[in-house]
Amino acid sequence: MAEFALPKHSKIVKGIDYPLQSESENPKKVNVYRWSPDDDENPRIDSYTIDLNNCGPMVLDALIKIKQEVDSSLTFRRSCREGICGSCSMNIDGTNTLACLKSIEDIKGDINIYPLPHMDVVKDLVPDLSKAYAQLTSVKPWLQSDSRPEEGKSRKQSPEQREKIDGLWECVLCFSCTTSCPSYWWNGDKYLGPAVLLQAYRWIADSRDENTEERLNDLEDTFKLYRCHTIMNCTKTCPKGLNPAKAIGEIKKLQLERK
Amino acid sequence: MSEYEIIDHEHDVVVVGAGGAGLRATLGMVSGGLKTACITKVFPTRSHTVAAQGGIGAALNNMGENDSWQFHMYDTVKGSDWLGDQDAIEYMCKEAIPSVTELENFGVPFSRTEEGEVYQRPFGGHTLDYGKKMARRACAAADRTGHAILHTLYQQCLKHKAEFFVEYIALDLLMDDNGKCVGVLALCMDDGKIHRFRGHQTVLATGGYGRVYFSCTSAHTCTGDGNAMVLRAGLPLQDMEFVQFHPTGVYGAGVLITEGSRGEGGYLTNSEGERFMERYAPTAKDLASRDVVSRSMTIEINEGRGVGPNKDHIFMHLEHIDPATLHMRLPGISETAKIFCGVDVTKEPIPVLPTVHYNMGGIPTNYNGEVVTRKGNDQNAVVSGLMAIGEAACVSVHGANRLGTNSLLDIVVFGRAAAQRALKIVEKGASHAPLSKHVTDKILARLDKMRYAKGDVSVGEIRNSMQNAMQKHAAVFRSNSSMNEGVKKVDKIANSLDGVGIKDRSLIFNTDLVEALELENLMQQAIVTIKSADQRKESRGAHSHEDYPDRDDKDWMKHTIMWLNEKNKTKLDYRDVHLNTLTNEVASIPPAARVY
Repeated sequence: MAEFALPKHSKIVKGIDYPLQSESENPKKVNVYRWSPDDDENPRIDSYTIDLNNCGPMVLDALIKIKQEVDSSLTFRRSCREGICGSCSMNIDGTNTLACLKSIEDIKGDINIYPLPHMDVVKDLVPDLSKAYAQLTSVKPWLQSDSRPEEGKSRKQSPEQREKIDGLWECVLCFSCTTSCPSYWWNGDKYLGPAVLLQAYRWIADSRDENTEERLNDLEDTFKLYRCHTIMNCTKTCPKGLNPAKAIGEIKKLQLERK
Repeated sequence: MSEYEIIDHEHDVVVVGAGGAGLRATLGMVSGGLKTACITKVFPTRSHTVAAQGGIGAALNNMGENDSWQFHMYDTVKGSDWLGDQDAIEYMCKEAIPSVTELENFGVPFSRTEEGEVYQRPFGGHTLDYGKKMARRACAAADRTGHAILHTLYQQCLKHKAEFFVEYIALDLLMDDNGKCVGVLALCMDDGKIHRFRGHQTVLATGGYGRVYFSCTSAHTCTGDGNAMVLRAGLPLQDMEFVQFHPTGVYGAGVLITEGSRGEGGYLTNSEGERFMERYAPTAKDLASRDVVSRSMTIEINEGRGVGPNKDHIFMHLEHIDPATLHMRLPGISETAKIFCGVDVTKEPIPVLPTVHYNMGGIPTNYNGEVVTRKGNDQNAVVSGLMAIGEAACVSVHGANRLGTNSLLDIVVFGRAAAQRALKIVEKGASHAPLSKHVTDKILARLDKMRYAKGDVSVGEIRNSMQNAMQKHAAVFRSNSSMNEGVKKVDKIANSLDGVGIKDRSLIFNTDLVEALELENLMQQAIVTIKSADQRKESRGAHSHEDYPDRDDKDWMKHTIMWLNEKNKTKLDYRDVHLNTLTNEVASIPPAARVY
């Protein structure tokens, strides 16, 4: 009988417990995935109990508190802390989201934090997003237009035309959606994933872009586009309330219409 | 030293920072054929430009009001409280028009008017006809204009195949023995290797240092790394006492609510329900300059008319505005208010408080983006090989107080100007002179000192002390006694950095180390900020001195420049304000009382 083994470092072990140093009326346990490439250890879950009466309201506040007061080696990305830069995407309480927008109050029981699923881990909660960025570049996410606007003038676009890209251009590239998609987990090397397809559609839908045909040709591919099976995890998880599944549906519709 | 693997790169130009300024410069340089490296400590679209909300100022005149760049220039000079350099301000307001049109052509998803033109909204301090009535000049993409611009610039850089070095933290400038900048040394966070970037011009586009304060709208990454590198290179920073408090940071969280919300009709009230701005600024009211509104709010609170159980903040109202308008024009802040204070903006007011937002001061430059310093009587001596743009720079177009929408404008106009200048002065493919080993060694010694720091005080503790001291002593209102105390405190806290300890000894994605390096950067700017503030004996723009409540043009219409040596001792000097304009198309605007 064939024997299957898990890849190296896939088993997560119990890590260090950091109890509260003083009494608290409002303690909360935060369990965090830790892994460093420096040693040959398996990943572990460290548990930090913090005093919520002395902590900001968001999960990012809790992480910063831990880094600042308990364990400065805890590693995660963060920047704007208001949900616009997309740095602090991670898996919290079973869902991919931005730590800065996720309220601690909304989480019953312990807070469990893992890196975005199915991406290589650089360290702790920092995923390697270079593949996703390369996929973004591959859809040529810039305005393509052969006709030049009148010298020194803006292109015209009616409010109705402009409205068509609402819900598309606001994406913060956190890749919460892409890394929540089982199809991407399986075929992430060839399937573009919801975040990148949303960006592809952002340009298809922009009245100023004149390269729709070529964009659709590039996407007409069993893997790049059609690995989307309308599972809808992307839309459910998007911390910005966008709807990548709908954008993908629109691309598929356009593919059908031009046949 | 041998422990570090050093990788050498040779480029025509090296840009440090990938916010709006860095990307606009990179784009201009790459598309002009210069071999350009853009080094950034965060992925480009995560830079803090992304958080700009309300709009970018340009007299496009899309709202049919006969707007002109001359009006824009007048407003900017007045907003600067006559500390801005009028040649640079003329350049910015004039170049605003082609620069913003170009942004649209690049693909920025601006909101639109019924005629299909770029939508423009009113903003604080922007007027028509030299202050007669409010202008609609802020070109907006809903309330996410910074996001729209930053992403578009990144897309354009991808189109032109710009070379990015992402998640590299710049350590220090490479200064040769003649005081010329020949590149920058950086640490790649991904693998811990040291990269030596050589460039004939090094462009610092490293942003502001809002994190010197405890409560600020700035991102965690806004640590002014470029400013600190300039100090360590033995060059001065300019006008560091001028720190802008944005009137409407969310009470508690400190996140920004755009001035565009007042542009769309929002207003402020005190505990008596009074629209108090009508008393302080009868014409512009809630759309007076930010320094004026922040001061008025602080006075209301100090006189006991704040709202909330502790009477320590102010309300901002949007609930009278049509929900459809809120949805179309202010979707982002509607969301922010909901998430960060549980407020439904269609029903209740947002609790707000003046919050540190922007640094008018920074690296002195001319309007070409070239860094300047004072050498004896030469007040405009160009530092060879070094440029600075964006919030890191002090051109100075914002003087003592920046107008809303002029920061997005600043980054685009001067990013573009720096690229044009580099194309003119850099010879493509020219070889790089050898660099003495001691230049790199000195920088690595500083890195090692921090990396192996074994003290018993954490980065977090020292950072907290510094931020609290600055919050208390370099606030909206300042006084001799408070600032004297602040100087002593900050000096003491800076000394405590010798006892810092970090836990993470790894070289891979060591954010413990990066935060320690950033703290050192912040600390050097804190010293220069509080000392620059302490020496300015007048009130001008964002610097409100209780012991000297009036502006003093006779003695103080001048830029502060301050150096910092390795022992944290400062040296002070001044540069004249450029009251001259750039061309004869406009006359110099003489100083006058600032009434809104």
